[in-house]
Amino acid sequence: MRQFEFERRHAPLWRDFEGWLERRKMRRKRGKEIDGDGLRADQVPATFRAICSHLALARDRQYSPFLVDHLNQLVLAGHQVLYGASTSWFSAPWRFLAVEFPRTLRAERQLFWLAALLFFGPFIGISVAIQFFPGLASLLLSPADMGRMESMYRPEADRLGMRESSTNVMMFGYYIWNNVRIGFQTFAGGILLGLGSIFFMLFNGLYIGAVLGYLQQIGLGPQIWSFVAAHSALELLAIVISGAAGLKLGAALLSPGRRSRRLALTENAKIALKLMLGAALMFVAAAVVEAFFSPLNLPNPLPKYVIGIFLWLLLAAYFWRAGRSRAA
Amino acid sequence: MRTAYSSTTASANLDTVVRVTTPEGIELALHPAGPVPRALAWLLDLTWRFALLFALLMILPIFGEVGQGIWLLIFFVLEWLVPAWFEARLGGATPGKKALGLMVLRDDGAPAGWNEALTRNLLRFADFLPLFYMGGLLSMLVSSDFKRLGDHAAGTLVVHRASSSTATEVPKVEPEAPPAALDLEGRRALLDYAERYSQLTAERAEEIASVAAPLLGTATTSPAQRLLGMANHLLGRKRTDQQDQANAPV
Repeated sequence: MRQFEFERRHAPLWRDFEGWLERRKMRRKRGKEIDGDGLRADQVPATFRAICSHLALARDRQYSPFLVDHLNQLVLAGHQVLYGASTSWFSAPWRFLAVEFPRTLRAERQLFWLAALLFFGPFIGISVAIQFFPGLASLLLSPADMGRMESMYRPEADRLGMRESSTNVMMFGYYIWNNVRIGFQTFAGGILLGLGSIFFMLFNGLYIGAVLGYLQQIGLGPQIWSFVAAHSALELLAIVISGAAGLKLGAALLSPGRRSRRLALTENAKIALKLMLGAALMFVAAAVVEAFFSPLNLPNPLPKYVIGIFLWLLLAAYFWRAGRSRAA
Repeated sequence: MRTAYSSTTASANLDTVVRVTTPEGIELALHPAGPVPRALAWLLDLTWRFALLFALLMILPIFGEVGQGIWLLIFFVLEWLVPAWFEARLGGATPGKKALGLMVLRDDGAPAGWNEALTRNLLRFADFLPLFYMGGLLSMLVSSDFKRLGDHAAGTLVVHRASSSTATEVPKVEPEAPPAALDLEGRRALLDYAERYSQLTAERAEEIASVAAPLLGTATTSPAQRLLGMANHLLGRKRTDQQDQANAPV
């Protein structure tokens, strides 16, 4: 069949399909149903298959490039509509929190413990070491840092952990902007064979450990511990989980198993993204506590410690038990 | 204008085309975008983001430190989440990509969803390393389909959005059978020429047509018109006298 005849015979079908795609786009934009007299939804798959075969024929018979191009575009648009529906856990946030996130973390517990070691190892190590060798603090913290810390956590401060003039909302914005970004960096660095994640975990472990150790050593212990107690569980675990997510990316390149590295990376990234999203939510929750509750300089800091310990236990129970009972 | 060739090997080797096989057994041709248009798109995105942040920086301090906190929140959302939102929900392209005619697709040719968009946007940080997206550029240069690290992890491609093909008609000329049988490539070349004829100046059209002199013989007044006639023949247009016969009442 010559092209002219081919086009004459099939062009109405192509126009119907184009019309349907166009109406669908309009409907999505305006959010309401528009009834046309073109294709019905149940006719679309058959029409799409017919146009697919037209494209194959047009290519095989060497019809003109513009016709082939046009059919290619129609098939591509149809393909995107028919196969584009992605089943994302993003659309079911409750299920994600109740089941997916803790379950994924349990499945990746080896990476979680490795990340925990990489973060808490230097964290605890340096904060203890500073008690015996106070000079170590000045290796990691600049004099300006030290001065700022001292003034933020001095016993007579109205609110702990912030400058005199700061407001809670300001600090909330800052914690989101800074802490979640650190989490994202720890995650993204994992794609460099895991090295970026390892670096950020070691570095942050050392830095936070040095700050806490230094403030304890100069006698501001009660202030700093009562400041960090409430949000410590959420924030520190979020850092570790971001690191585990990054290590998951790195593991794809280091030990892809019986997959190509490319495939392993794409598959591991799906798992890592779940961990990272859960960690990001934890960072946000931590920022709320850190900005609005932790700074209160209560005469009796006991409630803060109680809440802090409660959150550690709650998170441990959550990651241990949540989502176990439901069928997969 | 990019054109999807199916079997002409020469153009397949010249052009960067990713072929995706659909469940219907059809191969779709996607055209991945290289570093330059993507860098320009990134620059545009950076510009509007910073313009917005700068404008807010002028306004928000009215609300004191609360305003600063809100500004930092907006900074965070614009930096990490808004690009993903554009790519997942608003036509697969950030404003910069849209301006450059690019869009993000999954490897299988389907539109990117939240998973893919978030993954590739969070990993932008790794692509940025060591500085100014050197890592991403390197990754794009060594992969055949211009993927930065984030694209590898997310399983996405940045492609040139198909330009709505301007349906150029082959000019109607009295059909004329070619003097010799043409092979596939010859027919393809002839049709290609005929479809582009209307975009060429008359002089250039004649000049190109003169390449086909061996086909046309020497005694030709206008090579271009005769080539168009052959193209009409290949397309299957009827001669006017035949058409009259066909339409004549019996």
